[in-house]
Amino acid sequence: MIELQDVHKSFGPKRVLRGVTLSIPRGSSMVVIGGSGTGKSVLLKCILGLIRHDSGTITLDEEDVTKVERDAFLARFGMLFQGGALFDSLPVWQNVAFRLLRGSLKRPKAEAREIAIEKLRRVGLTADVADLFPAELSGGMQKRVGLARAIAAEPEIIFFDEPTAGLDPIMSGVINDLIREVVTEMGATAMTITHDMTSVRAIADNIAMLHDGVIQWTGPVADMDASGDPYLDQFIHGRAEGPIEAVR
Amino acid sequence: MTWIATLLASIGRTVLGALAAMGRLSIYAGETISHMIRPPIYLKEIGGALLSVGYFSLPVVGLTAFFTGGALALQIYSGGARFNAESVVPQIVAIGMVRELGPVLVGLMIAARVTSSIAAEIATMKVTEQLDALVTLSTHPMKYLTVPRVLAGLVMVPVLVGLGDIIGVFGGYIVGIHSLGFNPAAYLQNTVDFIEARDIVTSLAKGAAFGFIATLMGCYYGMNTSRGAAGVGKATKGAVEAAAVLILAANFLLTNIFFTI
Repeated sequence: MIELQDVHKSFGPKRVLRGVTLSIPRGSSMVVIGGSGTGKSVLLKCILGLIRHDSGTITLDEEDVTKVERDAFLARFGMLFQGGALFDSLPVWQNVAFRLLRGSLKRPKAEAREIAIEKLRRVGLTADVADLFPAELSGGMQKRVGLARAIAAEPEIIFFDEPTAGLDPIMSGVINDLIREVVTEMGATAMTITHDMTSVRAIADNIAMLHDGVIQWTGPVADMDASGDPYLDQFIHGRAEGPIEAVR
Repeated sequence: MTWIATLLASIGRTVLGALAAMGRLSIYAGETISHMIRPPIYLKEIGGALLSVGYFSLPVVGLTAFFTGGALALQIYSGGARFNAESVVPQIVAIGMVRELGPVLVGLMIAARVTSSIAAEIATMKVTEQLDALVTLSTHPMKYLTVPRVLAGLVMVPVLVGLGDIIGVFGGYIVGIHSLGFNPAAYLQNTVDFIEARDIVTSLAKGAAFGFIATLMGCYYGMNTSRGAAGVGKATKGAVEAAAVLILAANFLLTNIFFTI
C-alpha cells in the first residue's frame, strides 16, 4: 500500500502541494484528477523520489520512501511518462528491454529481446517495430512502446502520467483498455494522472481529486457522479462556473 | 546612501551567485569522479562516447591543426625576416604547436563540437523526461550519461592533441618546404632536435585537462537546463561559453605551473 500523509512541496514561493493525504491500496487502480498545474505530476514524482517533498511522509508498505534502498525500491515500479520519454538513441526493443539489459535484472541479450517483443505484442505492436527508432513511430505507437517498457520487468506498481494526452479518441480508448487489461492481468497497483474523464471511467477503481494543493475528494469511481462535492462536480462536468476558477 | 547600499547589494548578489555556481560545479565534478571509480560501469556507453569524442572529432581537429601549422610557418617566416631569423621556422612551429596552439585549438574545437552536442543532447533528454525515465529504470543518469562522456574526454582529447600536434607540425613542414624553400630533411631534423619530452608531456596533460573541462561542462549544463526549447538553447550556449573560457583559463594556469616545475 502507498500512503501519503500531509505531504507538502513548494517551488520557491509557489506552494504546489499543501498537505496531501492519500492511500492507494495494493492491487487497486487509483486515478488522480485535477486541472492543469495543480501538482498531479509533482505528487507522482514525489512518490518516486524524483522530486524531494518538503514535509510529510510517503510510505510504501509502511517503509518511508526517502529511507529505502533506491535500486530495490525503483525495481518495484514501472512508469509510463506523458510524452513517452523513450530514449531516442536506442531502437524500440532496447527501450522496452532497458531494465533487462543492465543492472540487477540483467538477462542475456537474446532473452531480453524476446521479452521485449513479447511485451510489444502485449500492447498490440508487431515484432517489425522492434528495430525501429522512437522517432520513426507515431504518437500512439510511442505511447504503446512506453507502456511495454513500463510493464517489461513486471513491476508491482505502475504509474501512468497523462497516458492519453495528445491522442485521438480512438487511440485513447485503445490505451485505456490496454492499461486496464495489463493492470488486471498483472495484479499490479496502478496510479494514473489524467484530466481525461473517459480515461477515469475506464481505468479507475478509486479516484482522488487534487485541487489547491490538497485532495479535495476521494472515493470509489462508482460514487463519483453522486459525490455532492462542488469541486468534483464542476470538474467532471467540465463547467466553467463553480468553485474552481476557470482562469488560473 | 541608498544608492551605495543598492550598488553594494547588487555586487554582493553577483559575487554570491558566482560562488554558488562554482560550488555547484565543483560538487558536480566531485560526484562525477566518485562515480567513475564505482560500479556499475557502462562499457557500451563508454565505447560510444570514445568514438564520438575521439574518432569523429579527428577530421575537424586535423584540418584545424594543419591550417594553423601552415599559417604559423608563414607568420614566423615573415616576422623572423625583420631580424634575419627566418631559419627558426621549424623550431618555432614545433614549440608553438606542441606547447600552446595544439592543446588550446583542440580544446576549443572540442568545446565547439563535443560540448555543444553533449549539452544539447542531455538538455533535450531532460526536458522530454528521459532523465526521469532513466531514474525510474534504476539507472543513475550521472553514471549512464556523464561518466562515459567525461571519461572519453579525459582519454581521447590527449590523443587528439597528440595527433593535432603532429598534423600541425606537418602543416608547417608542407608550407616550409613548398612555399618557403626549406630543405625537407633539415626541417624535420630541426623539429625533432628542438622538441623535448617535457613539451610533449605538458601538451598531453593540457589535453586531458581540457577534455575533462569540455565534456564536464556539456553534461553539467545539459543536466541543469530549464524547460523547453529555449532552455536547451540556453544550456548549449552556456556550456560552450563556460568550456571555452575555462579552457583558456586552465591553459594559463597550467602553463604557469609547467614553467615553474
